[in-house]
Amino acid sequence: MNLKVENNILFVQTNLDKFNVSELKEQFLRLKKSRELQGVSVIDLEAVQEIDSAGVALLDSFQELLESEAKLLLMRGASASVRSLIETFSTTKLEFVEVPKPTGLWETVGESALNFYQMMVTALTLASEIFYYSLVGIFSRKTARKGSLIQQAFILGSQALPIVALLSFIIGFILSLQSGMQLKNFGVGVFLADLLSITMVREMGPLITSIIVAGRSGSAIASEIATMEVTEELDALRMMALHPIKFIVVPKFHAITIVMPILVMFSILVSQIGGAIIAVGVLDTSFENFVARSINILSIKDIIISFSKSIWFAWVIVIVGAFYGFQVKGGAEGVGKATTSAVVTSIFAVIVFDAIFSLLYL
Amino acid sequence: MSSIKPVIRIKDLVAKYGDLTILKGITVDIMPHEITVILGSSGCGKTTLLKNMLRLYEPFAGSVHFWDENVLEMNEKEFDEVLKKTGMLFQGGALLNSISIYDNVSIPLEMHTNLDKDLMDKIIKVKLKLVGLSHAMHKLPAELSGGMRKRASLARAMALDPEILFFDEPTAGLDPITSESLDALILTLKKQLNMTFVIVTHELASIHRIADKIIFLDSGEMLFCGTLKEAEKAGIPQMDRFFKVGKF
Repeated sequence: MNLKVENNILFVQTNLDKFNVSELKEQFLRLKKSRELQGVSVIDLEAVQEIDSAGVALLDSFQELLESEAKLLLMRGASASVRSLIETFSTTKLEFVEVPKPTGLWETVGESALNFYQMMVTALTLASEIFYYSLVGIFSRKTARKGSLIQQAFILGSQALPIVALLSFIIGFILSLQSGMQLKNFGVGVFLADLLSITMVREMGPLITSIIVAGRSGSAIASEIATMEVTEELDALRMMALHPIKFIVVPKFHAITIVMPILVMFSILVSQIGGAIIAVGVLDTSFENFVARSINILSIKDIIISFSKSIWFAWVIVIVGAFYGFQVKGGAEGVGKATTSAVVTSIFAVIVFDAIFSLLYL
Repeated sequence: MSSIKPVIRIKDLVAKYGDLTILKGITVDIMPHEITVILGSSGCGKTTLLKNMLRLYEPFAGSVHFWDENVLEMNEKEFDEVLKKTGMLFQGGALLNSISIYDNVSIPLEMHTNLDKDLMDKIIKVKLKLVGLSHAMHKLPAELSGGMRKRASLARAMALDPEILFFDEPTAGLDPITSESLDALILTLKKQLNMTFVIVTHELASIHRIADKIIFLDSGEMLFCGTLKEAEKAGIPQMDRFFKVGKF
């Protein structure tokens, strides 16, 4: 058989000329009859060294015969001379396509590793630029518009307060309820304050707040920058001799560095309220005792760890959001993809860094 | 030989997207106080040429001189000084959507000058008046029509009194009357402010109204540079076809 069907591709394994086209057409009709051609939309011509006008007419007839089964018939693998002849003699406007050959395992692994390396280089370059311009921005007036820091602090901080409060309260409440009941069984319900305080300050406060901010503000940063890229606003800034990182990212970076520790502090306080309700209502601990134990159990180190985490996570969220924003390709679809990737990556990165922090500062 | 020096001198400019060559060695001079129109069919490399000469894309090879200085060899700070003497109107306006038209025009002044608030306010209002948008200065870009957005973008591009203005498809997507009024505005600016204009377009009516000189591109190659009258006599088939088909 000189015609073979594999993976919805029709492979022609011989030259196509006036001496064999009749036989090939019969083979083709047999394949059609046995329904082997169903779903075929590409003809592979890599094995065809020579073709004449009869061969092209055969390809045209393939196209006509396949019409009911595949709307589009594309050619691949044709040499330059074969392609030239097809273009000259074809009456059905056969189209050519470069179908990539399947790659091997090592090629795929190598390509992925290279792409990851390039992505990391771009991300680290962006991060270093953001750190540099943020540092310069503290001392220089002319990097961003007046009032942009307050505006960003309001957007990234104040507007996140209600959702941070609600979720922190619920988590404080649930944590206290679950652990409080266990502690009560051992007659040490009074230690709920200690447990909740340490958990919220060292782990859950920074983590929950960062995840909320990543979902809320990380996505907003990515979509804002991506939309600006798509609508040429970033080019317009460059044309005004303004650096997009200085003008757009730095105010957000400064603002989030200030508001994140405040949000975390707020989250810890609200979660303690949730815990206090359980402690007072279910475990019969006095409110004064709960507050006193919550404060006394904490050391300066705990508070420093909590604040360092919150600032570090805040930076991760801005850098990841900006990275995906600047990397956007395409139109509205690209903006959507960038936003989704930014949220997923920043939450992932926050959790990974939290784990690293926890291991480093046990 | 003319003693007037070109403001922009492009030599052997090659631009690529990956393996695909878009511009195949463009060499051209842009003369001062003229309206130079870059034209050609869609995909011929007009916008690529504009963006490469302004380093919005980095060219693959060649040189671009602005006022005798090769901008491709400049560092960011040096190139910023060149950009401050130029302005650009993008196809969609490219106004910052979260702030008003007034604030959009104020950005270059705020960031690159030490003017006090009062003077800045006067300048912004003059520029907005010049483009006929005094009544809409506190509106957001989304509240304006396409033509108004382009005029607002022009006001922003003129904020620092640039010597060269670049336009990417200024009349694309506009109705013929709005297009004509934008062209009239360009001619007025040229007459009153003696600016140099580089305009990318394929709108024939607009080309006939404003062009002092045209650069015709076809498949990444420059086939012609000269006046419209010279273009009509040049006998270049692709260009003749472009003008013939575009006539109505």
